[in-house]
Amino acid sequence: MSGDPYRLTVNGRPVEVFDGHPGESLLFVLRERLGLPGSKNACEEGECGSCSVRLDGDLVCSCLVLAAAAADRQVVTVEGLADTDDGAGPLADVQRAFVEAGAVQCGFCTPGLLMAVDALLCDEPDPGELTVREAISGNLCRCTGYGRILEAVDKAATMRREARS
Amino acid sequence: MTIARTLDDACAALAADPTATVLAGGTDLMVQVNRGDRIISNVVAIDRIPELRGWTREGDFLEIGAGMTYAEMADPGFAALVPALGQAARTVGSPQIRATGTIGGNLATASPAGDMLPVLVALDAVVELRSSNGRRHLPLDEFVVGVKANALTAGELIVTVRVPVLHGPQEFMKVGPRNAMVISVASLALVVDPAGRTVRVGLGSVAPVPLRATEAEVMIGGRIDWDGGGPPTTGDVDRFGQLVADAARPIDDHRGTAAYRRHVVGVMAQRTLVRAFGMVGEAAA
Amino acid sequence: MSAVRSTPTRGRTRLGGIGESVQRPDSIPKVTGDFAFSSDLWHDRMLWGGTLRSPHPSARISSIDVGPAVAMTGVHAVLTHADVPGTATFGLEHLDQPVLAGDVVRYEGEPVAIVAADHPETVRRALDAISVDYVVTEPLVDPSLAETATPIHPDGNLIRRIHLRHGDQSAADRDGLVSVEGTYEVGMQDQAFLGPESGLAVPADDGGVDLFVATQWLHVDRDQVADCLGMDPDLVRLTLAGVGGAFGAREDLSLHVHLCMLALHTGRPVKMVYSRQESFHGHVHRHPASMWYRHHAESDGTLVRVEARLLLDGGAYASSSGAVIANATCFAAGPYRVPSADIDGVVVRTNNPPCGAMRGFGAVQTCMAHEAQMDRLAAALGMDPIQLRLKNALAPGDRLLTGQVLTGTLPVAEVIRTCAEHPSAAVWSDEPMTRPGGAGRTADAGHVVRGEALAVGFKNLMFSEGFDDSSAARCELRDGVATITCACAEVGQGFVTLVGQITREVLGVDEVVLAPVQTTGIGSAGSTSASRQTWMSGGAVQKACEEVRAALVARVALTHGVSVDGLVLVEGRVESLSGSVSVDLAEATAEPLSADVVHRHAPTSPLDEDGQGDAHVSFAVSAHRAIVDVDPDLGLVRVVELTTSQDVGRVLNPVQAVGQLEGGAAQGVGLAVMEEVLVVDGRIRNASFTDYLVPTALDMPPVEIAALIEQPEPGAPFGAKGIGEPPCISSTAAVVGALRDATGLELVRVPVRPADIALADASAGADR
Repeated sequence: MSGDPYRLTVNGRPVEVFDGHPGESLLFVLRERLGLPGSKNACEEGECGSCSVRLDGDLVCSCLVLAAAAADRQVVTVEGLADTDDGAGPLADVQRAFVEAGAVQCGFCTPGLLMAVDALLCDEPDPGELTVREAISGNLCRCTGYGRILEAVDKAATMRREARS
Repeated sequence: MTIARTLDDACAALAADPTATVLAGGTDLMVQVNRGDRIISNVVAIDRIPELRGWTREGDFLEIGAGMTYAEMADPGFAALVPALGQAARTVGSPQIRATGTIGGNLATASPAGDMLPVLVALDAVVELRSSNGRRHLPLDEFVVGVKANALTAGELIVTVRVPVLHGPQEFMKVGPRNAMVISVASLALVVDPAGRTVRVGLGSVAPVPLRATEAEVMIGGRIDWDGGGPPTTGDVDRFGQLVADAARPIDDHRGTAAYRRHVVGVMAQRTLVRAFGMVGEAAA
Repeated sequence: MSAVRSTPTRGRTRLGGIGESVQRPDSIPKVTGDFAFSSDLWHDRMLWGGTLRSPHPSARISSIDVGPAVAMTGVHAVLTHADVPGTATFGLEHLDQPVLAGDVVRYEGEPVAIVAADHPETVRRALDAISVDYVVTEPLVDPSLAETATPIHPDGNLIRRIHLRHGDQSAADRDGLVSVEGTYEVGMQDQAFLGPESGLAVPADDGGVDLFVATQWLHVDRDQVADCLGMDPDLVRLTLAGVGGAFGAREDLSLHVHLCMLALHTGRPVKMVYSRQESFHGHVHRHPASMWYRHHAESDGTLVRVEARLLLDGGAYASSSGAVIANATCFAAGPYRVPSADIDGVVVRTNNPPCGAMRGFGAVQTCMAHEAQMDRLAAALGMDPIQLRLKNALAPGDRLLTGQVLTGTLPVAEVIRTCAEHPSAAVWSDEPMTRPGGAGRTADAGHVVRGEALAVGFKNLMFSEGFDDSSAARCELRDGVATITCACAEVGQGFVTLVGQITREVLGVDEVVLAPVQTTGIGSAGSTSASRQTWMSGGAVQKACEEVRAALVARVALTHGVSVDGLVLVEGRVESLSGSVSVDLAEATAEPLSADVVHRHAPTSPLDEDGQGDAHVSFAVSAHRAIVDVDPDLGLVRVVELTTSQDVGRVLNPVQAVGQLEGGAAQGVGLAVMEEVLVVDGRIRNASFTDYLVPTALDMPPVEIAALIEQPEPGAPFGAKGIGEPPCISSTAAVVGALRDATGLELVRVPVRPADIALADASAGADR
């Protein structure tokens, strides 16, 4: 049984989803129908943040979004992060910062964290440590203990500041 | 799948199919769907209806749109009007959950641990329901009727929640075993209404539904020096805490024991009272 | 936040070699979302697989009716135990676990049937349509009753007992000694890796199957899968798919045989991904432990004797329980000189969820207990707890509980001192969010007390008891590019980075290619566990590179008529120290060179009937100092600061080392205050991240690294010790010790729950 086709704009590109089963989350559609497996499926119950995307600019858990109900909305995933960064190069500043700070181990939490950190720095360009911790409190990481991640946020904030000046 | 753009659209869609599933933020529903615990076929999405967003001030009352998100309620502009609701909203889930979860959803899910509910019961909130047949209002304790049970009838939608604007201190506390992203083990809202000379206490996660600690309220309301402005005595604070603890009807479950819940509710009662009356640093509680 | 200082390079400068914070080679695909984790795999024509699991911890199966599921549109296969083509059981130590349950289920979640269908939703409906007739039986859930209870398995309920007796057994039979006693408990922790169990099996034209799966040990998986499929191992080819963390939970098989069965049966590729809820039932957990201890000491603090009874609950199937209890027993007393000991270590079978490997492997449980005992002893003696530990600290030349003499390095005293003496950066903040309770805003400043404690722990590195462990690696050097083939499973720890660093260090090359990690064409690299891969696979890679280096140097020496002795490889050239020869590496290796190596460590011995024997290769010690804030009336906790020192042999990659120390400490914090799989009557009550709580960024403090003690370990490649496990061993003990300091309570169980503090008997102590 499948629903009516609907359109989404994902990473700036319009896509049409056919043959969706009712109940499919945006996470499922991104990963299994649109060839964008960057957003991750660590829990699919909104408790880990690994599926985080921007939906019309808001940072949300894509596993909790009914894909068909997001019709005509704008979605940005980790695969589209570099395009949203005005800086040069194939990597967004947050991506470069994570690489340079050694904030990636197994990497499963990384896409969701990148989306959360990017969202944070858009709202608050110079966040203190507590603000950063609260902003990423919805993203679980099991490998790093968050230490190098906090360093990466510092680095990214500096990169963004310098790019602006 | 109906994406409703107006309240009338939504009511009409629900009238046409009363078994349809209403979807706002999805933070409760989609967990069940992803687990396979709930199969959905016909969905009425209500997250794009302007009448459900935002809030309006009507004299000494706030009409809060059912579609207001936790993030919006935690925003200082709104939180200043209903501080306990703003504080409670900030404790919900994670930033991602707060961006899409709604007060209407919290009401409809009617979980004993719902973070908005102790505040709403303390504020004597009134819920407005609408269907294609008309509208009605229910006080909160007639809307949340049991564990995950609400009084919505087929075809009905929650439209607004009305709460008073009280010009007094408000506190909200939530106990959980982690510093973020926790289902409350026990929670408490305390609101002071200087004009009405009442202190109202709402309790969460200690009964099938949110509770008021009426005996405690009456006791402390009679002890506070409303005219002179002096704080309650240490003895009053202790007694207040005891009466609030007595009002709780908690159970043992995998998140906590009844004994622990009863104990912490008493502690939170004392602490919120002390905070509300500016006694922090004086009487130890 | 601690800064990461690179150790100065030694000798000639090599860019990207040993000792540098070289970036991970897979970090770019991981940040762009291109990295293929096992749950990201996709194949044209693939079907989806799913597993039907027992809802009962103990039952007989009288019948299974798959008819309604088979008849569903979109369902391509429904298989049960009768369809297992080869050996019906598997296991790491004993083949005691059925691929699919036949006539009995022994734990809640045990696999009973598997389905392949066209969509995950169809799979779910098909699983619901299978009807299994269970005759529920009373589960055995109390491990203390297991040995005398009716066996729940043909192998019996005793998985392993080790009764370690060391030294003079009457050493404590005299006056003038101080004795302290205690019983301690550690709850069931879960590895909670983020990447769910997942994989893709593709049937091959030769009748075999290609399995792409996230795992810790490819070849042992392959062997078990081949055995269960009744196939020649050459027909079962495993390729490592991207692993989203492991921490011990991927050492056992999970969906491997199931996927292959479905693929072979349907003739189609089949993908399976466990949900988080299913994952909690789908892998082994850390053994819950109940431990009684009695320490005897002279009045000056010198340890005389330690007695202990350790009971570990292994759950329904053996997994690696035998090795875990051996570890727990051997390291039961901690990194201290103990001349006399009687340690009885038992792991039993119950109908509780199966337990097996988790980072720390038995030493986590006993560390919590022996450090609590050391603090008890210090209090009884009126002695400073750190002085007591220093007084008894092990050093090279000392004898362990197993009778083995420490011949390698073990800087216990230095680790303790550097950690204890490191200045604390902890302050009191005015910010309410930093108090226990966080966003719940439950505490004002006056409600919070602070506590501090230090704890030390150690364990073995690598496998033990005579296990013939090895790792195979191949180095090929062609046109100046080195290709390394090694089946070491990268699970996030950073071996892929080290491979490049080692190769560059030895061969002076710039470009290093890591071949796909698979079972074909290369031997086993052993398990990514036991802090062994740097030593074993790093060692294999080093050796293979050195053989290639020797062959290359010999070739150049011959060509140029010089002695091999004066030739060095650096920055892509082969040069003589005198300067007379300088050859471009690419030219010199236009004709390729290669070497295949199997690297072994020095042999170890089994433990005899008294638990004595030279059973271990090497050891590592770590210390943590924890500062915690507690709200005693509510029992809420916030860990404010962790400081650590660790014995590392040699730092091969500073930023990766810091990552291991910070990450391991987070798991230690989790076990101390929030992580527990709640099992009631054999059933898991919290199989989700909603209620199995792992530390968030608001729960985890900064980890200050006081010292990485570098005393090169003999026999270890580059002198480097494995560093993965120690960080999660002493961290739990330090946090709970700090909670005791803050509250004055005994706190004999971890994880400490808020009620353990808030409702503790007021008379139990209030020395605040």
